Amino acid sequence: MSTDTATPARTSPPPRETRRPGRLRRSWDKHWYAWVMVTPVVLVLGVLIFYPLGRGILLSFTNLTEANQLAEICSKSITGTEVCKPNPNAWEIVGVDNYVNILTGKVGEFWQQFGVTLIWTVTCVVFHYAIGLGLAVLLNRPMRGRGLYRVLLILPWAVPAFVSAFAWRFMFNENFGLINSVFESVGLDRVAWFADWKTALLTAIVANIWLGVPFMMVTLLGGMQTIPGEQYEAAEIDGATPWQRFVNITLPGLRSVSMTVLLLGTIWTFNMFPIIFLVTGGEPAGQTEILVTGAFRSAFEGIRNYSLSSTYGVLILSILLVFSVFYRRALRKQGEVW
Amino acid sequence: MTMTMAPGTAAPSAVTPNKQSRARRSPLASFGLHATLIGASLIAVFPIAWVVLSSFKPKQWVQSSELSLVKEPTLGNYSYVLFETNFPTWMLNSVIIALCTMVIGILMSATTGYALSRFNFPGRRKLMMVFLVTQMFPVAILIVPIYQIMATLGLINTHASLVIAYLTIAVPFCSWMLKGYFDSIPTSLDEAASIDGCGPFQTFWRVIMPLARPGIAVTAFYTFLTAWGEVAYASAFIQTDDRFTLAYGMQQFVPQFNAQWEYLTAAAVLVTVPAGLVFLYAQRHLVSGLTAGGTKG
Repeated sequence: MSTDTATPARTSPPPRETRRPGRLRRSWDKHWYAWVMVTPVVLVLGVLIFYPLGRGILLSFTNLTEANQLAEICSKSITGTEVCKPNPNAWEIVGVDNYVNILTGKVGEFWQQFGVTLIWTVTCVVFHYAIGLGLAVLLNRPMRGRGLYRVLLILPWAVPAFVSAFAWRFMFNENFGLINSVFESVGLDRVAWFADWKTALLTAIVANIWLGVPFMMVTLLGGMQTIPGEQYEAAEIDGATPWQRFVNITLPGLRSVSMTVLLLGTIWTFNMFPIIFLVTGGEPAGQTEILVTGAFRSAFEGIRNYSLSSTYGVLILSILLVFSVFYRRALRKQGEVW
Repeated sequence: MTMTMAPGTAAPSAVTPNKQSRARRSPLASFGLHATLIGASLIAVFPIAWVVLSSFKPKQWVQSSELSLVKEPTLGNYSYVLFETNFPTWMLNSVIIALCTMVIGILMSATTGYALSRFNFPGRRKLMMVFLVTQMFPVAILIVPIYQIMATLGLINTHASLVIAYLTIAVPFCSWMLKGYFDSIPTSLDEAASIDGCGPFQTFWRVIMPLARPGIAVTAFYTFLTAWGEVAYASAFIQTDDRFTLAYGMQQFVPQFNAQWEYLTAAAVLVTVPAGLVFLYAQRHLVSGLTAGGTKG
């Protein structure tokens, strides 16, 4: 945290201290307690997030793997003394080779995984939002049993994600899974869900939609309850149909909440590790891997390719940053302050 | 499924439920409304119920294509999981790690949340942006450098390594959430305290912290659950059976071949019950904090 005063406070809190000359000094006098309060977090962010982030970015310009990480190879001679020789195949800086290799498809399956990630993210977020909004609208009205519905509908959120992942993998099991049993009992053929990438991805998407709807529903419901009831009454007096009221009052009233949860939802889904990792496990043959799980496998399975996985990480982060910059810009164009 | 409002149903009424619209809802609309909600509730509950039911079945009925709700109910799966496997150790590991993450995360981020909520200091907006950006960090970019740092420090395969890794998620998240809760406490209280002669730290500690207790509790629970269910770091950092967390240990029940689903289902129930109870208690407060933090940023 620097003590620069380049960005003046927008709405200054009531001035309590006497003003002294010197911008820096004045700023320190006025804000020292705020800065002291944020210090622990800033330190943690620096040490635990930005330092590793920097290292990760540097790693992406090397060819470090598990096999070449030692700078010296030491071996014990017969006399018991250790002899160390420089490792002839030690890792080195390779510039942008990793990026070139990944983006041209020479190494790994970046574009295929990127495509899967896009399908995965868009489908999940669209269904999360649409179903969440629908259920929120239904719940946002007086009726019998509302509290019960709310608790039941929230249940999927209460289950740890890895447990849900196992539950869905269990239900989609080819031989004794519930879904195939139901298919069979109504006269359909069993489906080998994990034998084809489309059906395998479908199982993961179903699991993730099931898991993610409650968050959207509860958040949107919270947003709806901040819309003043008079607006609906006025619209009703003016003869607006329920659909018109929904489009002209509910949706605009939910705007700012929606924008936040859509951005967060997209980021979270893009990086959703456990569902893909545990439901499909990349089956068949790694074809349902999304970028994050693909990167994890290259880093921690087989010969651990640390540099490759870091390059993936940088690429994923860049994609998300670009996305959110455009997202914010689009919002700003429409006059959204956030 | 239920993407649009069924035409003819009553308007989404707002904060105050008004009786008129309920009276005016036609029986057909009412039926449609309840049918949709019951259907959705069934979908929400069913997978959980199915796992619970399966956990009481012996192996041959769990792995059978015949459809049955309950068949030869038994507690054998539970007793196997609890007494014949390392499951209790994994659970203990998960509890220790999640508790440490929770306590450290909350302690570190409480003052930050307060400062972000109350003071307009230079750097405030930048810090908020950083919290948002940390949400975008894929596990892929941090896991390797953190792994190497842990290896250098000799911390691989320890609880500490996981706590440290989870703090990278917990600290920004807690700060963001707590800011939202502090926002909902009127600033007039701060002003009153400062007129009574409290400095900012005293105000925070004596006035705001006690009032924010429910919000802090919810943030704490949520942090706990995040650490409780984390998979990637746990899979990468922990190597020996006695140090596994639940999320990693349970993968041992379902290897690629010869999966033991009957034990997995029992373990799943044991893991979910405490987490679920805590969560259901906390969720009502959770969302208000999350969206407040987001929209007032």
